[in-house]
Amino acid sequence: MTIKSRPVYGTLTPQAGTSHLLIADAEGAAAILDLAKKAPAGFFASAEIMYFPGSEDRHHVDALKALAPQKFYEGPSFAAALPRLRQILEEAHMGLRLYVAGTEVLISQVELAANAVGVDHRAIQAEHRGSLARRVQCVHCKGITENVTTQPYTCSHCGLLLLVRDHYSRRIGAFQGVCINAEDPTEIPEKEEIFR
Amino acid sequence: MKSGSNRIEAVVTDVVTVNDLVKRFHFQRVDGGLLPTFSGGAHTVVEMRDGDRTRLNPYSLMSSPLDTHDYTISVRRDDVGRGGSLFMHNQVKPGHRMIISNPVNLFSLDLRARKHLMIAGGIGITPFLAQTSQLAGRGGNFELHYSVRNEALASYADVLKQRHGKRVNIYRDDHEERLDLPTLLAGQPLGTHLYVCGPSGMIDWVRKTAADAGWPVENVHYEHFAAPQPGKPFEVTLAVSGIGIHVGENESLLEAIETAGLNPPYLCRGGVCGQCETNVISHDGKFLHNDHWLSDEDKAAGCKIMPCVSRFEGKSLVLER
Ligand code: FES
Repeated sequence: MTIKSRPVYGTLTPQAGTSHLLIADAEGAAAILDLAKKAPAGFFASAEIMYFPGSEDRHHVDALKALAPQKFYEGPSFAAALPRLRQILEEAHMGLRLYVAGTEVLISQVELAANAVGVDHRAIQAEHRGSLARRVQCVHCKGITENVTTQPYTCSHCGLLLLVRDHYSRRIGAFQGVCINAEDPTEIPEKEEIFR
Repeated sequence: MKSGSNRIEAVVTDVVTVNDLVKRFHFQRVDGGLLPTFSGGAHTVVEMRDGDRTRLNPYSLMSSPLDTHDYTISVRRDDVGRGGSLFMHNQVKPGHRMIISNPVNLFSLDLRARKHLMIAGGIGITPFLAQTSQLAGRGGNFELHYSVRNEALASYADVLKQRHGKRVNIYRDDHEERLDLPTLLAGQPLGTHLYVCGPSGMIDWVRKTAADAGWPVENVHYEHFAAPQPGKPFEVTLAVSGIGIHVGENESLLEAIETAGLNPPYLCRGGVCGQCETNVISHDGKFLHNDHWLSDEDKAAGCKIMPCVSRFEGKSLVLER
């Protein structure tokens, strides 16, 4: 089954450009390493890599650094790096190409930041790697819960038990969560780990 | 597309000579009401009844989208064309009643853009007159670069300068003034959208230069002014309707199909929108594909034709119409 609002991701491919910004989390690093095999000579001399290893071990960090990008940034989380990303996008000129690889959560947040400066999501190379954990917005309290892996899940803001729908909003960069037991709150279906 | 609601009964209220080649026409509704709203970049299709033949030509609306009490278009005289522009120049006077279509926009601004960079050549300036008015009205960020043959043929350069000052840059061919496009493109902030309208050589050059400079295709918008070209007459069989038609030297295949009483779909009449795409059942001869719609493979395969601008030379052509 294909879900219309569900984003479709591709494989990172080097684009013509004057500079390149590559953003990855966890296993997304491997997508950048794969892109490096196809990249023309000198590609990384005008590239910046932003990487969030998370709980990944260090070998990806070393492998990415070995690509000798013009700049390498390693951070604890995307949230911590957002001001930096915003500044890069604000000051960048056309000719900068964007690549993002890793979790859906990362991809959606990078797309949002890029949209804010007028970059169309179709102009961003995106590749999904690693966890299928979802970023979900509770339709009741509007609170966003990161890294949801179970169906249903408990909203981290209002505590309702929510069913994760396959409806994805590009504007918010999140899936939708709707109350699963509104009729009878005592009915508590079992949580299953399905977005891994 | 010829449904009643798409047609507006209009009257020409003014005809203004802009320069040696260009005249401007003002239209109002016959019933005096407001015309439909449109956004910058839209065109209207003007029906020209010239004796027993009817031509339909698309023209960009150049008046401000903020004011719909009239529509204005500019027509560049083409002495070797099919005669549409000559008809407008020589026959159409104030008071002339004409049918025009509801506006259609195939060249609209992407309003999410951080900046709009516009490149015009010659009469390709017309959609930008509407777009710049629209943007200026809402404080939009834009810059226009306009190439002209010489001062005398620089249609509306003065008006644009007056309205938008330094945001308008004029390049005169006869003064060897040239737009340095690579440098211009390199200096644009991320999130800029590029718009180009002018001769097809210019459009190709701008698109290629932008692609080489790393501009995503999503950020590059263009409008070809592909007016149908005259050519050798040819015969066509319309298989579905079971009739044979003759396409004259100065009429397009689409017009000939319409003259035969059919109402095939169309939108742009300029080879860009894809609406008029028609399947070829069989052919013996060669196609003169003038559109910007079909892929090169489709063109080579000879399985489709865009009757608004394309022609045929040869023994026989059978279309699925
Ligand atoms: S009418 Fe638009 S391509 Fe023919």
